[in-house]
Amino acid sequence: MKQFAQLIKKLDSTNKTNEKVSALTEYFQNANDADKLWTIAILSHRRPKRPVNTTLLRLWATEISGIPLWLFEESYHIVGDLAETIALVLPTSEEHSEKSLSQFVSEIIELRTLPDAEKKKYLHDNWLALNYFERFVFNKILTGSFRIGVSQKLMTRALSKATGIDEDILAYKLMGDWTPEKTTYKKLILEQNEEDYLSKPYPFYLAYAVEDNFQEDLGPISNWSFEHKWDGIRSQVIIRNDEVFVWSRGEELVTDKYPEFQNFLKEIPNGTVIDGEILPFGKGEIGNFNALQTRIGRKNISKALLKKTPVILNAYDLLEWNGEDIRQKPFSERRKILDELIQKCNCNEIGLFLSETMHFGSWEEASAERDLSREKRSEGLMLKRKDSPYLVGRKKGDWWKWKIDPFTIDAVLTYAMRGHGRRANLYTDYTFALWDEGELVTFAKAYSGLTDAEFRQVDAWIKRNTLERFGPVRSVTPQHVFEIAFEGIAESSRHKSGIATRFPRILRWRKDKPIEEANTLDDLKALIPK
Amino acid sequence: MDTPLLVFNEKGIYCEQADVYIDAWRPVDKCIVTHGHADHSRWGHKQYITQTNNVPIIKHRLGEISVTGKDWNETFTINGVKFSLHPAGHIMASAQVRVEYKGEVWVFTGDFKTEDDGLAEIYEPVKCHTFITECTFGLPAFKWEPQAEVFKDINNWWATNKSEGRTSILFGYSLGKAQRLLKHLDTSIGKIYTHGAVENMTEVVREHYKLPETTRITRDISKEEIKGNIIVAPPSAHGSTWIRRFVPYVTASASGWMTFRGARRRRAIDRGFVLSDHADWEGLLNAIDATGCEKVIATHGYTDIFARYLREELGYDARTEKTQYEEESAEIDKKIENED
Repeated sequence: MKQFAQLIKKLDSTNKTNEKVSALTEYFQNANDADKLWTIAILSHRRPKRPVNTTLLRLWATEISGIPLWLFEESYHIVGDLAETIALVLPTSEEHSEKSLSQFVSEIIELRTLPDAEKKKYLHDNWLALNYFERFVFNKILTGSFRIGVSQKLMTRALSKATGIDEDILAYKLMGDWTPEKTTYKKLILEQNEEDYLSKPYPFYLAYAVEDNFQEDLGPISNWSFEHKWDGIRSQVIIRNDEVFVWSRGEELVTDKYPEFQNFLKEIPNGTVIDGEILPFGKGEIGNFNALQTRIGRKNISKALLKKTPVILNAYDLLEWNGEDIRQKPFSERRKILDELIQKCNCNEIGLFLSETMHFGSWEEASAERDLSREKRSEGLMLKRKDSPYLVGRKKGDWWKWKIDPFTIDAVLTYAMRGHGRRANLYTDYTFALWDEGELVTFAKAYSGLTDAEFRQVDAWIKRNTLERFGPVRSVTPQHVFEIAFEGIAESSRHKSGIATRFPRILRWRKDKPIEEANTLDDLKALIPK
Repeated sequence: MDTPLLVFNEKGIYCEQADVYIDAWRPVDKCIVTHGHADHSRWGHKQYITQTNNVPIIKHRLGEISVTGKDWNETFTINGVKFSLHPAGHIMASAQVRVEYKGEVWVFTGDFKTEDDGLAEIYEPVKCHTFITECTFGLPAFKWEPQAEVFKDINNWWATNKSEGRTSILFGYSLGKAQRLLKHLDTSIGKIYTHGAVENMTEVVREHYKLPETTRITRDISKEEIKGNIIVAPPSAHGSTWIRRFVPYVTASASGWMTFRGARRRRAIDRGFVLSDHADWEGLLNAIDATGCEKVIATHGYTDIFARYLREELGYDARTEKTQYEEESAEIDKKIENED
């Protein structure tokens, strides 16, 4: 535990990626295999099931600390993290435990099955046998995931440095539903596996947003191919060796979530990799992104859900053909093969569509098409140079996105909640309302878009203008108007306002506007595309 | 007695019988000042009364003012009210104010801490009936380690940075925290350099307090000369252009707020040392107990929570009063800068 706690402390005490990677690399070079495996598991959000509910944890922590429960709750609201609060209020200890991480984890797993009295004794003994930081880490394993600014990607990079195994291969090895209980470090990480290569995706090519006056810089418009920028889940579908693999842009293997794509095997030959967008496709047309939310979150995809929210792949590009990597061929050539493939097969039947390419004689024409984006349920246009290769990562020059402007509306700040982590103890999570028959109705929450200085200003104002407190939430005097931007809008029965907005964020603080001039719910409804 | 001995009005803490304010936040005729931090010693009073060693400090901050210095425990009577100053242990020359009239005793702590920091005069418990206390860190989450441990960590951190060829930059408020840091840095590791604001204040307090040698950073001092040594700077220097010339460097902040991981991460400081010039939870409770008081008034910090605990768990007649000393509502980042 000492070693693992030191690692977490190091990771937690730097903002520099290089230092995080080197701390992790060093750990992966020195820790024992069982600890390494659990570290990988914990950092990829595979913690053991919670053995004790948090109500009991709080209760026992207050008993040992000798403080009343209300005082614990108040402290928790201020600290903003349960594991941290428990570690702080417990009596000080300078002990170090010699037990390893994996030993602790196996005890925690076993703990689930024990009666409460024994759980309590176990926690009591171990809390007092650990110093503050070890105790914090122990509580984190007990209560939740580690959010310490270490992405799976960063961890994979460190593991790659420590083992000499290629990062992409490691990324694949770490996919899926393995648990440390069912495998070993050697088996999971070190052993060669032919299948490792079978499903390997290509890194995605991502575009930057166009810059001001981009039209002048891009040269003749005839060099450019246009497409709509579809609003779904960017994905790669791989067909190799009679198997289908679906990867999301987050480099997550999501094959199981989209069983529809197994049908590709009927029409698409082995050795094909298609880059495209997964889109909801109820009623034979592209649906709203909101419909996809139900598919993204679920672990088990039921038949009912498949029927209710079917999806298709709208293909953008072809990366592999006949088992050959064709990313260096010009875009127009890759598209030619892709277009032929899709046109000649029963592709609509299997849910494989083409993202149509367009060619314009002038920027005015292109701009007119972009204006149709909302109607067509796209986010704007993509510009791809006809002779461009398929590059790796986000690169400027050959591909650009020309998005439509977001929707905006002026709303009133009504509630605020303390943030977490970096923003603990600062009121940074806001609820916004619109007028509806003389009353303010909540329509969205947003917690980004202000500068740190503005957040501090709003935070100070909130603390002085609180009407009521509900735990970490405060209602505030309606006094400030903010312009809220969002990408999408749809009717929703789950929202009080009857409207769901997509990716709402604060565009600016309208200090110039009194609350009477904020928008109404009807103004918002008028934005829903017909 | 009809009016309480001390009341809280729009200008500050007021003793009507003596017509004297304590730590007033608006200009008044006569004001007793507990210590030199800006929120307690404000500009514009006609007459200041403070502890003798604090005189040069507030003169440095406020310029030519009319100020009378009092010794520790020296009683001065104004219209029948007996006043005396007692060490608060917060920073050098910080005082608690004892107020006595017709056998009734009130004490106002100003800011205080109970641990001996080796520099400030050690906190002295004063018996009283009513205790007006700060509670900046009035939550059980705040527990300070002995300062010897903290300085061991700070000096180790410095030594490690030095071995890696990096300069250490340690942030602490120019008055109080900065000198406490200077006092306990291990100069066998290297030399101590100071930001101008820290050096100016340090020069002033050297009159009464013994501190190690420091070197003011000026344009003539090269980056190579500073490399591997330590710089003590005010928190406002963090992220400034001034600091960029010391690359490669590592930053650390020393404050009670560093207890919270979030507070350090938000400010993007590399390392946070939990070192405060205020009392922690136990310190507050012990101090209250030692006064033998019946009534407690909590003035700044987590006042509502702290007063509720005193009432419900310990049976004190405890309440809160609003002041304009760093309030609970002042947000944390500002507190980190002005803490202590």
